[in-house]
Amino acid sequence: MAYGPHTSQDRAAMLQAIGIASVDELFADIPAALRASELRLPPPESEAELADRLRHLAERNRVDLVSFLGAGAYRHFVPAVVDQLLLRGEFYTAYTPYQPEISQGTLQTIYEYQSMMGEMTGMDVVSASHYDGATATAEGALMTCRATHRERVLVSRGVHPHYRQTLCTYFGGADRVADEIPLVADGPAAGTTDLAALERMLADPDRPVAGVVVANPSFLGLLEPMAQAGRLAHAAGALFVSVVEPVSLAVLAAPASYGAEIACGEGQPLGIPLAYGGPYLGILACREALVRQIPGRLVGMTTDVDGRRAFVMTLRAREQDIRREKASSNICTNQALCALAASIYMASIGPHGLRDVAALGAARAAELERALAEAGAPRLHPGPYLNEFAVRVPNAPEVHRRLLARGVLAGLALAEAEPDDPSLADALLVCATEVTTADEIEVFAWALRDEIEQGRQLSLPGLADRGGGRAAGHPAGSGGRVESGPGAEAAGGRGRHATGGAR
Amino acid sequence: MAQDQRYTKEHEWVRVEGDLAIVGITDYAAHQLGDIVFVELPEIGRVLTQFAAVGVVESVKAVSDLFAPISGEVVETNAELAARPELVNGDPFGQGWMLRIRIADKSQVDGLLDQAAYEQLTREG
Repeated sequence: MAYGPHTSQDRAAMLQAIGIASVDELFADIPAALRASELRLPPPESEAELADRLRHLAERNRVDLVSFLGAGAYRHFVPAVVDQLLLRGEFYTAYTPYQPEISQGTLQTIYEYQSMMGEMTGMDVVSASHYDGATATAEGALMTCRATHRERVLVSRGVHPHYRQTLCTYFGGADRVADEIPLVADGPAAGTTDLAALERMLADPDRPVAGVVVANPSFLGLLEPMAQAGRLAHAAGALFVSVVEPVSLAVLAAPASYGAEIACGEGQPLGIPLAYGGPYLGILACREALVRQIPGRLVGMTTDVDGRRAFVMTLRAREQDIRREKASSNICTNQALCALAASIYMASIGPHGLRDVAALGAARAAELERALAEAGAPRLHPGPYLNEFAVRVPNAPEVHRRLLARGVLAGLALAEAEPDDPSLADALLVCATEVTTADEIEVFAWALRDEIEQGRQLSLPGLADRGGGRAAGHPAGSGGRVESGPGAEAAGGRGRHATGGAR
Repeated sequence: MAQDQRYTKEHEWVRVEGDLAIVGITDYAAHQLGDIVFVELPEIGRVLTQFAAVGVVESVKAVSDLFAPISGEVVETNAELAARPELVNGDPFGQGWMLRIRIADKSQVDGLLDQAAYEQLTREG
């Protein structure tokens, strides 16, 4: 069999064999208006010209920013070994390992990925990965419906808004219902999932719940009462789905330990660059009892006819190409290269290294909290966090824009992420990781203090109404506050020379 | 194959034991499917409607629905099949049985294919 492209004679012979005159006839079912005509591309360029064009495009990315943005994707140091191994031709261009005989390397890396995620989550079964954390969460929620034969899922508002939207999209198509569990409004548990509300929602006898989905840490960075939420879910006959951030699993309890049957999350923090939003890595894992419900590829270890260890895709009859409309999902692929990056990262950094990454991030975040509070932006919620939290900033979206102009990416303005929640209107979601430096914190805190002061001076519309936050955030006893007004600009500048910044 | 067995067009077999019916799939079906690795059966207590898809038989290469040959309540399922699905291949009419159903309407059994009709079906198949 020749492996070159089809010749015109090949095509003619094939057309004749199936009895049609031209390839176009194969697309007759598609309405003419929807059929693609020609691809109108610009003329070809030399490699140098093209590289130049792409470089100019890339330069539109801001890579100079001091960034405190998290909200689902996190800056981490990625050792060079990850990229170097990814670039190997055997990995970089390998496709789906349908033929185990010639794909043992690929299959083994997926098996290792599954094994490591199994250790991290405490789960028995890990899929070969999904598109991203949002789709993995949606799939996890759908699993609970299939397993319990119930059609209603409860999702905490502490789960990332994008994940909730994706889940609703999946559920809408499947005629299932996803109801949101509210967050506690005030008190020591403010911002976390409202367990009393959850219990009430679970108690509806006419609308039994298949699964309860809670994220830990939550989108707002808070640690959630997972064990209690799990108990409530189980008491009502529902399954418990935990949405996790993988680096945090080095220091936080594994989902299996607090009773979750399903764990899902975003694997980007494990050695995958931010890359403007993707490609990322959907993690999905479950207990053994749900192995036939979990969608996605599964790689298993077995022996070949000669008794040697071998890896294969296993439990294939679950999958879409065999079960068709009865499959658990239309998924028929995985994020192989990203899963490989995560595996290399985890293997090279090791469990102790990963714990250091998580702990360092937490330590930096504590420094960040102090610095921002002194700058006039105290935390919005009182509860514990790992490395991400919300701070109260008057006129947060405007301050965020102004800080961006000064080269500081001040996290996420929560008003844009959660426009329906007025309590988050004047808040920024910020995070720190092991790569955040004390200098960066100082730059941020100084610039933020300046912006808050200027805001106060200029009396931005509605600012007079925002009494509480400002008063609470007024830095008490911080020596050497920079005077506001033109003097501040002259005396200040960024970073080192600013007084009243973080120490 | 016992003479008192009845069959469906989807290759299930039925034997009557008093007011209960035992159900499984035929050797023809098992052979078509290949090595069976998993059998998903309806839970005890579930009320089945004749010819509805009530379970799944999964082999290494394919997945096939299990259809209820008659209406009735599931009173017992073969627990052995969880650990030993290969019983369906090895002894489809004996140890590979799948369900015991409390017959809702005895006439439904009479309406199924008899031995000769089923053999005809598999010859043509």
